[in-house]
Amino acid sequence: MTTREAFMLGRLAIVPDLSGALFLPEERTLVVADLHLEKGSAYAMRGVMLPPYDTTATLAALSAAILRLRPARVIALGDSFHDRQAEARLAPQTLAALHLMQQGRDWLWITGNHDPAVGARVGGESADAIVLGGVTFRHEPDPVETGYEVAGHLHPAAKLRMRGRALRRRCFALSPRRCVMPAMGAYAGGLNLRDAAFRPLFREGLSAHLLGDGRLFRIDPRLLLPD
Amino acid sequence: MAAPSPLPPAFEAWFQSRGWSVRPHQLALLEEARAGRSTLLVAPTGAGKTLAGFLPSLVELAGREGKAGGKAQGDGLHTLYISPLKALAVDIARNLDAPVREMGLPITIETRTGDTSAAKRTRQIQRPPDILLTTPEQLALLVSHRDAAPFFASLKRIVLDELHALVTSKRGDLLALDLARLKALAPQVSAVGLSATVREPADLQRYLGGAETPAGLVTVAGGAKPRIGLLDTERRLPIAGHTTQHAMADIYEAIRAHKLTLVFVNTRMQAEFAFQALWTLNEDSLPIALHHGSLDATQRRKVEAAMAAGRLKAVVCTATLDLGIDWGDVDLVVNLGAPKGASRLMQRIGRSNHRMDEPSQALLVPSNRFEMLECRAALEAVHEAAQDTPAPRLGALDVLAQHVLGVACSDGFQADALYEEVRTAAPYADLTREDFDAVVHFVATGGYALKSYERFAKLRQDKAGLWRASNAKVIQQYRMNVGTIVESTMLKVRLGRSRAGRPGHSPVPKAAGMLPRGGRVLGEIEEYFAETMVAGDTFVFAGEVLRFEGIHENEALCSRASPGTDPKVPSYAGGKFPLSTFLAARVRAMLASPELWHSLPEEVASWLHAQRLKSRLPQPGELLVETFPRAGRFYLVAYPFEGRLAHQTLGMLLTRRLERARMRPLGFVCNDYGMACWALGDMSAAIARGALDLDDLFAQDMLGDDLEEWLAESALMKRTFRQCAVIAGLIERRFPGQEKNGRQVTMSTDLVYDVLRRHEPDHILLKAARADAATGLLDIRRLGEMLTRISGRIIHQPLDHVSPLGVSVMLEIGREAVHGEAADEILAEAEAMLTEEAMA
Repeated sequence: MTTREAFMLGRLAIVPDLSGALFLPEERTLVVADLHLEKGSAYAMRGVMLPPYDTTATLAALSAAILRLRPARVIALGDSFHDRQAEARLAPQTLAALHLMQQGRDWLWITGNHDPAVGARVGGESADAIVLGGVTFRHEPDPVETGYEVAGHLHPAAKLRMRGRALRRRCFALSPRRCVMPAMGAYAGGLNLRDAAFRPLFREGLSAHLLGDGRLFRIDPRLLLPD
Repeated sequence: MAAPSPLPPAFEAWFQSRGWSVRPHQLALLEEARAGRSTLLVAPTGAGKTLAGFLPSLVELAGREGKAGGKAQGDGLHTLYISPLKALAVDIARNLDAPVREMGLPITIETRTGDTSAAKRTRQIQRPPDILLTTPEQLALLVSHRDAAPFFASLKRIVLDELHALVTSKRGDLLALDLARLKALAPQVSAVGLSATVREPADLQRYLGGAETPAGLVTVAGGAKPRIGLLDTERRLPIAGHTTQHAMADIYEAIRAHKLTLVFVNTRMQAEFAFQALWTLNEDSLPIALHHGSLDATQRRKVEAAMAAGRLKAVVCTATLDLGIDWGDVDLVVNLGAPKGASRLMQRIGRSNHRMDEPSQALLVPSNRFEMLECRAALEAVHEAAQDTPAPRLGALDVLAQHVLGVACSDGFQADALYEEVRTAAPYADLTREDFDAVVHFVATGGYALKSYERFAKLRQDKAGLWRASNAKVIQQYRMNVGTIVESTMLKVRLGRSRAGRPGHSPVPKAAGMLPRGGRVLGEIEEYFAETMVAGDTFVFAGEVLRFEGIHENEALCSRASPGTDPKVPSYAGGKFPLSTFLAARVRAMLASPELWHSLPEEVASWLHAQRLKSRLPQPGELLVETFPRAGRFYLVAYPFEGRLAHQTLGMLLTRRLERARMRPLGFVCNDYGMACWALGDMSAAIARGALDLDDLFAQDMLGDDLEEWLAESALMKRTFRQCAVIAGLIERRFPGQEKNGRQVTMSTDLVYDVLRRHEPDHILLKAARADAATGLLDIRRLGEMLTRISGRIIHQPLDHVSPLGVSVMLEIGREAVHGEAADEILAEAEAMLTEEAMA
């Protein structure tokens, strides 16, 4: 396995993972953002019959990351469920898979705008935010945050053009104070890093870490294009 | 007139008042219609096709109630006319009005298009006109209407215009399904199809009459042979390229010498280039205009009106003017670049001189040496009246899904009965019950193996087994998404307020060029084209050189480039239409027959002689592969002559294989005739020592695993999937949440494709997308046929230098290489460009 590059947010080491998760080695904690479980069935309710495999695909990616990194704690950084009824739509075998993943470790659901409350059915505990190693973990990045922050919500994605071909990939947006994580949900779209929404969060600049097929790639932000 | 006229007196008198006599084919159609038979009319331009198509309806309607002046309303719809173009339907309605008015016939004629008001639509359903003129999409909407059964019950005649152009696409599939429906709703109906000359009328007869009951055939012999010339220019014919720059002065002279010239090109880019080049020469300020599909509709309308009014001298146009409407008295057609197909060329030539007994005048202008061969081949084909109509289509499953939903929105259906009905449509004659059922389930619940959407089903079966739409929202969704034309995402081109300087040329000479605040919209470009540009790049659009500033939401913002700026010629300038198989065979035959070269210009003939001396000439039935070193790289050039799309797929697959063979390929280029790829590894040497086997390299199994692997990430495949998903109704044309509002998080169909491919690779929609890829953007079917044909017949020619033919391939497409699609390589290259450490 390749050595993973760690970055410091204050005194907390964070390691962006190819799965789109963030690993905190000292805390033995895995952080994932914007799972958007049951997004497919939310569309189906409106007559758009997207393949009903998104929840399975998302949890499979999460499960693989857990098996590989063996965290003692998992934090789902909000918008874990696509809508308020999503929990109720989870298939029994999906719930079972989720409970299996939760065994032997702490599991924290941070609430998000799509899932302002999380029910007992899905196990774990829930909170609006948590502070670890001096860093606040919350769903929506807060532009007036003066400390250190890890957040999701924005689904960062980056686009570049090389050799006549345009590529758009999910990415981590990093600065010395802040990390905005990519969405992990199979049907979660991406918001271009050049979008105005990122500007107040990264006034001192950022580095973009794009999820490739085999590893992460750190790309000079000046190479990134708007959509 | 001795024999009693088969025409009623009023019609006889009308023909005479016009100084016309009724033509034999018009009478033949009358006869066929009286017998209730469906008929295909194949006739050249100017033969009075339209009148022939409508005459039976007019005669029958005039004779209602015994005499003219009888009840004109309340008998229900009598005749339905379908045209591929909205404008053509409107134009025909106007033309029909003359005989009806002049004979004082009590016949009502109306059009129904996207422009028809809601009130009028409602009224048309309640009180239909006698004759309704419309388009395939509007017909689909009518057929899915809840009152479709009573509305069509009285229908007697269907007139299908430009049938040859309709049947070759998914629109043709949809129309075939709707025809089958009409025949079920109105068993007494008969249809007439109007078509230009086609090679296989039997295919159209089956399409028209039904798979088992082909329509009859009435053919009108030839008309005057067109006078077609190949441009004879003093200037040297380029080895490669598509601009036709060398011929512009001659074309300008030809325009000057004629009343109205149509200059046809194959792509919008060529249109822009030619328009620009002609205006550079236009010292006489001749009114020369531009017409292509990306221009703003009002600008196109202005050009059309100016043509009709005789105010123009020439129009540079793309396929948008291939069909139908006679906008003016065209006396010369110029075809720039290669014609790509004999039928297309015939169609275009027919735009000039709309009288059957006078020859059309046309001028072919090849833009490079290969195209000279192609023009020659097309010319001979036209003289033999040989056509290259493509093979009949296998009905697309995504279109069937749309139709199934439509039928469920009207009266509902029994699966057994609809299956039988669908198979009477020629494109679906071989549809299996398994695929049909899969489509029905797809429409109902998505058709997934994991049956988790039953409770959200869009279709439900009632107790009698009738499938119906579950609710009104489903019907509304269907009506918003009907049709088979899925545009690539388009961006509006907005020209910001100009800073200074005179505008170049407006597409419409002397058009009122208002510049509203914030700039005006010039037209649209494909998003993927805009994506290849960076701020500051210049390109030609709507006849002006624009400077690209950036993309804002759904607009490409541009400013006017300073005078004298050279546009960055777009890298993709090749033909939109791939070379037809039929013409390709003729070009191959010509290459292999030196005795035919005397008809070619000296420079082209000597180019071929040089090829024979320095390498060899590709023979029909074999594949010539040349390998040679050049500037530290090693090249492989193959000449399959299968069209650009198939070659592009071949190039993608071949580079994968060369990669595995450790040849370290770097990229490839292709055109309609051949493909060149280059590598760091010495392929000549590898072949000589047996480390690389050309038979293995070109083995048919490349269409197996290699193809699957490539399709997984191919952008073309994802685009194909998206189109299928939209047509099939999986996703809506405007995806909820896709309205861009700056902060919107967009979700792409690529994500859906990835998930579906991994979890249910046999899903019916993937099957539809693969079928599309086989014939569409990837042209896999043609590639497969080629690989079969050349199997064991590959001729390898190692060379010391590039061959004369090879130069023409390698100079294609602005020398821009197409690379493989491995994302990580591209990302790694970008990463290596990291110049600023944003973080310590």
